[in-house]
Amino acid sequence: MADAIAPATPADPGHATEPGVQHQFDTMEQQREASSFGMWVFLVTEILFFGGLFTVYTVYRHQYPRAFAEASRHLDIALGTFNTAVLIVSSLTMALAVWSAAVGRRKAIVVFLLLTMALGGVFLGVKAVEYTHKFHDHLVPGPSFHFPGPNPGNAELFFSLYFTMTGLHAAHMIIGIGILTVLVFKTRKGRYTPEYHNPIEVSGLYWHFVDIVWIFLFPLLYLIGRHIH
Amino acid sequence: MAQHIVPRKIYFAVFTALIVLTATTTAISFLDLGPWNTVVALGIAFVKATLVVLFFMHVKYSPRLTQVTIAGGLFWLAIMIALTLSDFMTRGWLPILK
Repeated sequence: MADAIAPATPADPGHATEPGVQHQFDTMEQQREASSFGMWVFLVTEILFFGGLFTVYTVYRHQYPRAFAEASRHLDIALGTFNTAVLIVSSLTMALAVWSAAVGRRKAIVVFLLLTMALGGVFLGVKAVEYTHKFHDHLVPGPSFHFPGPNPGNAELFFSLYFTMTGLHAAHMIIGIGILTVLVFKTRKGRYTPEYHNPIEVSGLYWHFVDIVWIFLFPLLYLIGRHIH
Repeated sequence: MAQHIVPRKIYFAVFTALIVLTATTTAISFLDLGPWNTVVALGIAFVKATLVVLFFMHVKYSPRLTQVTIAGGLFWLAIMIALTLSDFMTRGWLPILK
């Protein structure tokens, strides 16, 4: 980036020196680094956005450890583990889509993007099954909430956090699938080359970030507190 | 710095590690380690997240500006969590204020 900050002096100021470079950039490389950097700045705001929720979770789990442990045991650990694996596979296929773009294999980009979207769909499907079970078991916070244990109010707090955090995560997944849909169409139109595929690269960053949020949600919601009585 | 293409071998190695760590963290949750259950579960999550950030998200090969920006974001996250907990976890230390 150091060489990217120092302005190059193009032979014809105001015009790009390489095809595909927007006029405000000197080189393709500077343009690529700027787009990745911009995505990272957005992701830092996302870290703090989800971080606030993780902080709330930590405070209340510290205050009501037993109620949180009791409530946590009502989540399906098998489905949670399965969904974690699904997201990890989807991160691999997303990384391979970016790799295919960097080496210019257009058909492989489309295949890997579609695979990533399909795995995202599987994740959301499993999530929908889990939510349905919670509705059926009266574990959704609200007037019909019924918890078969002590301190139902504190358990309700756990489920409020469960639905807020996994719900916002799922919303990010749905947005991600929408972004990948656009990428598939643009890739098929031949918009991306090994020199210019910034949208695929930065969408990959977004997808991996959403995976990381789940990597922390899974142990905190499903695993921790199984042995607290 | 030219565009860095990460060899696919690295992606497959990171993927294998992530799957093994996921199986490990689920398996360990069935053991009763007392307070260590939380430490191990979060430790494994941090290792997994670091692998994804460094290799899938190319941060190992990114410009220093990007790396410093991410570190800054994590530092601010640490401030938010640490200062919030320094309040909630110390309430009641001074009985007179109860």
